[in-house]
Amino acid sequence: MSDNQTSVFVKRKRSFTLVFLGACGLFLVSAAVTGYDVIAGFESVPKAAGWMAKNFIPNAQAWSRLPNILAKLTETALVSVAVTVCAAGCAFFFSLLGTKTTKVNPWIGRTVRIIAAFFRNVPDIVWAILLLFSFGQNILTGFFALFFATFGMLTRTFIETIDEVSASCIEALRATGATFLPTVFQGILPSSLPEIVSWVLYMIETNIRSATLIGVLTATGIGAMFDLYYKRMDYSSASLVVISIVVLVVAIEMISNQIRKVIM
Amino acid sequence: MAPILEFRHVSKIYNGATRALTDVSFSVEEGEFVSVIGPSGSGKSTILRCINRLVDATRGEIIFDGHDINRADKKEIRQIRKKTGMIFQHYNLVDRLSVVENVLHGRLGHKHTLTGAAGYYTEKEKENAFQILAKLGLTEQAYKRCDELSGGQKQRVGIARSLMQEPRLILCDEPIASLDPGSSKVIMDHLSVINKNMKITCIFNLHQVDVAVKYSQRIIGITLGKIVYDGPADQLTKAQIHEIYQSNEGELITDVR
Ligand SMILES: Nc1ncnc2c1ncn2[C@@H]1O[C@H](COP(=O)(O)OP(=O)(O)OP(=O)(O)O)[C@@H](O)[C@H]1O
Ligand SMILES: [Mg+2]
Repeated sequence: MSDNQTSVFVKRKRSFTLVFLGACGLFLVSAAVTGYDVIAGFESVPKAAGWMAKNFIPNAQAWSRLPNILAKLTETALVSVAVTVCAAGCAFFFSLLGTKTTKVNPWIGRTVRIIAAFFRNVPDIVWAILLLFSFGQNILTGFFALFFATFGMLTRTFIETIDEVSASCIEALRATGATFLPTVFQGILPSSLPEIVSWVLYMIETNIRSATLIGVLTATGIGAMFDLYYKRMDYSSASLVVISIVVLVVAIEMISNQIRKVIM
Repeated sequence: MAPILEFRHVSKIYNGATRALTDVSFSVEEGEFVSVIGPSGSGKSTILRCINRLVDATRGEIIFDGHDINRADKKEIRQIRKKTGMIFQHYNLVDRLSVVENVLHGRLGHKHTLTGAAGYYTEKEKENAFQILAKLGLTEQAYKRCDELSGGQKQRVGIARSLMQEPRLILCDEPIASLDPGSSKVIMDHLSVINKNMKITCIFNLHQVDVAVKYSQRIIGITLGKIVYDGPADQLTKAQIHEIYQSNEGELITDVR
């Protein structure tokens, strides 16, 4: 091994050590500034766990609420699916204006990317807070908040997918004299469909989680139910809500992994 | 007879900076088999892409079948592309679709936008597709997905797709650059037969000088965007090859014997 090569490894080790020390330093400084007592923090863990075990395990009363909880959960899940699918449809056609290979002109392409970045970088919770002013505590608020965030995210990923996966067949179809629509439906869609479906499934998972949180804000869906139980200090019902959300999300993740396997 | 294709003082500058072609003039007769050779980056692909307007030439005229391609509007460009097949180094098929669907894509330029988008093809078109596949020895692969094929088979699908267009001209951009010698011969033989029997004009970009010399009637040598040789394939001397590739005796793979 030459000196040159050795020094690469030495350098990597050194920078790793530096990063580690830096992280420790940051932790100590911030703990000192905020007055966070490390030892007390760890000591309180067993106590907190005991309290949680006592209060958060669903009791009989909580189980009697299960049908209600499941009904709300289904509603929230269905809204999330509907939002994601709508946003995906819009994002697909919008992204066609933003790809390198299908864009109408560079300016429109750039504008599309900027708009997508804007929608994506405003978190869905912030969208929900903004939209609360116009729609009030209404299911539409949650719908549009999720729609905007999903639309921004999917537009960007679709642009990347199309440029990566479909560029070569777009070129070939264009060379045969095919117009825009045939190129989209015979070339772009078939070649990038697995990636598109995969992203849509991922966004459905994410959106069910976000919908819960937004529901707390807009007093709709499963989020509102959680909020209600929580404020009544009915912790065991609230925790049943959480458990059912987790079960649903995990189930959806498993189903979408199966779908991915089939379509790839 | 008027030539089918004529370049008149064509120049191409990419993004106002990269000079790809400088004052290129040549003409191609109907039914000719022409190869363009030259070093990497000399502008071979640019020449082919100017013909079907995948690239817009910066200056000059390109006359195809009596029309100036550089002045063509959208509709005329489509007419030109319909009559011009193109074969790519990386095949550029829709890998997830079946062979026959990819072949039928050659008809998209001839169809109404909506029937094309819906993927609706007439019985006659389908029959024709299967005939072409049979000619290229792909009958058994017709319903396979393209990502299950070998490189040589994929390139034959590419040829079938361009034949589906009923073209007058086929542009081949390094059609055998990713293939082994056996598959390369199959592809070149097929294209040679197509050129002779169907009277379809073929313009090739090739990196293999020996292949170019063996198959083509005529060779155009291009260096740094300028034509430095334009003449019969059998009169290309070793010295001229070295001039095209700007190399000295003993520096090219063709010098190795
Ligand atoms: N889309 C593009 N934008 C900018 N410059 C380009 C573009 N395409 C080609 N060029 C430049 O134009 C010149 C000619 O490129 P071209 O692709 O025609 O060469 P080539 O002879 O086909 O090379 P190769 O044998 O490597 O395929 C090169 O300098 C290349 O960098
Ligand atoms: Mg090239």
